[in-house]
Amino acid sequence: MNQNSEISKYEDVLICGEVNHSKISTVTTELMRTGRELADRLGKSLHVLLVGKDIEEASSEAIALGADKVHLASGAPFEESLPEFYVQILTRLCAKLEPRIVLFGQTDMGRDIAPRLAGRLDVPVFLDCVKLDIDLDSQSILLTKPVYGGNAMAEWKAHDQNTQIATMRPRVTEPAESDDSRQGEILPVPEILDEPSIKVKLLRTVKEESKGILLEDAKVVVAGGGGIGGKEGFWLIEELAHTLRGAIGISRVPCDEGWMPKNLEIGQTGHMVRPDVYITVGISGAPQHLAGCSGSKFIVAINKDPDAHIFKESDLGLVGDYREALPSLIEKLKSILSA
Amino acid sequence: MNIVVCIKKIPDPEIPPAKFKLDTEAKRVLPPEGIPPVINPYDEQAVELALRIKEKSGGKVIGLTIDDEASPTVVKHALSMGADEGYVLTDATFLGSDSLSIAYILAQAIKKIGDVDLVLCGRQAADWDDGVVGSLLAETLKYPLVTLASSIEVSGETLKVSRVLLDGYQEFAVPKPAVVTVSSEVGKSRLPSGWGIISASRKEVPVWDASAIDADPIRIGGGAARKELVKLYVPARERQCEIIEGETIVEAAEKLAEKLLKTGLI
Repeated sequence: MNQNSEISKYEDVLICGEVNHSKISTVTTELMRTGRELADRLGKSLHVLLVGKDIEEASSEAIALGADKVHLASGAPFEESLPEFYVQILTRLCAKLEPRIVLFGQTDMGRDIAPRLAGRLDVPVFLDCVKLDIDLDSQSILLTKPVYGGNAMAEWKAHDQNTQIATMRPRVTEPAESDDSRQGEILPVPEILDEPSIKVKLLRTVKEESKGILLEDAKVVVAGGGGIGGKEGFWLIEELAHTLRGAIGISRVPCDEGWMPKNLEIGQTGHMVRPDVYITVGISGAPQHLAGCSGSKFIVAINKDPDAHIFKESDLGLVGDYREALPSLIEKLKSILSA
Repeated sequence: MNIVVCIKKIPDPEIPPAKFKLDTEAKRVLPPEGIPPVINPYDEQAVELALRIKEKSGGKVIGLTIDDEASPTVVKHALSMGADEGYVLTDATFLGSDSLSIAYILAQAIKKIGDVDLVLCGRQAADWDDGVVGSLLAETLKYPLVTLASSIEVSGETLKVSRVLLDGYQEFAVPKPAVVTVSSEVGKSRLPSGWGIISASRKEVPVWDASAIDADPIRIGGGAARKELVKLYVPARERQCEIIEGETIVEAAEKLAEKLLKTGLI
């Protein structure tokens, strides 16, 4: 670490962090691990930008998680968190720090802001990365991301060693460990914004609270797919999830068909989960779905098609109609678990 | 309302994983045998959204694609769905362009088309899954941007755009002209009608090269690319699946329960 030396050109790591209810978000704590490792290997500093209101507490948390410097953009008008605010703050911060890489989570915010910033700075951007590495010969950062819906992996590098931007897929790494003895600086970001350039107005934000256990926090997830055949079949999925004190997920088909709400979708365009046990029912195993669950410890597939791709990606499989299999499975689990 | 929809031709993303093949040496994906390329499904949904806006507010829908060859296939698809015009951008100097250059090429064409109120792009292309061109296009055109839209309402000079969040949605008011990227929540795209196919087949699809859109050679092609593909590979499969046997499904299901318990994870 070189906290006291002058910031070198295109060498530091900057994380664009996110705060939920005054706490650093889980995705950001994962980024902190990736960012800290990268900064250490480069022998440089780790900066974290936090934007919004009620983030003072989170800034000390960021230091405990490994930040050398926390840049704090709090108070009005930052609290509105319009995309253009982020881009302007980041554009200024990048001009000052000249970071080697700016890291975002592949979240609602990250996937929106990262490409805008790349356009503004005219630098390369890599979305949805699952691995960052350093090429020892060229000292280039190597960025690996799934392509073709997860059928293949591509490893990219930027041509020059100017600033580059990446988003990291959630749940591909463990969160950073917190250490309260860590030291760091908290620096306020000056509120100089070019407000007339902000043409987009946020009218409202509506959050749909999901009931029960949060998908991301669940130890067990039971997911239903197109093979369930309609809204009616999902009571069995709910019953199995309830028996295992787990959460319910869905693949793309039940979402597109309107059988179940969109906020339960797991996969490339939905939630990324990494539970201990992931049970799929009537899911064929498209790579776009597996993208959201392949990090699970143990995967079980129930599908009536013995050739379904899902069996190639699972640890345990049952070939058969879920209408027959699930009631017996639930009953047996209940009797074992209550014993 | 004149709406340009940017569309891309890609290998069919719905092929079974077993049909997916690549040439790791050449770092490229091999086209699946006997399966023709298709319009990127997310772009098809952008065409769908554009047509819904046109039905309410009038104006025209214009398909725009960049292709390695002067092939009107995906533009014709948009026309057969109900789009009014379409253009193909093709030039040997476009080859190897990265996302920043692609956005620049599209921006040049949009300026040439002129009098555009709204530019729609799919949220990402289902081949390289980058999901950045629409946003870079907004930055290049200096138009306001909303990403991941599920619906757009027009009221005068303002667009009301709904943006999908993982756990909800946001609504934005945006002045025209704007760029909006379109999410899958738009829903199913319409099928081309018989009449649509006939009328599309009769329409001319102009082909523009680099000079037609006045593209600066410094900003396009492999020479301008800021990034390089180091490796392309199929990820190793780590799991070995044990299929549970049983005389009946009930018996298999009970065995499954026992095996699940033995993992110590539940």
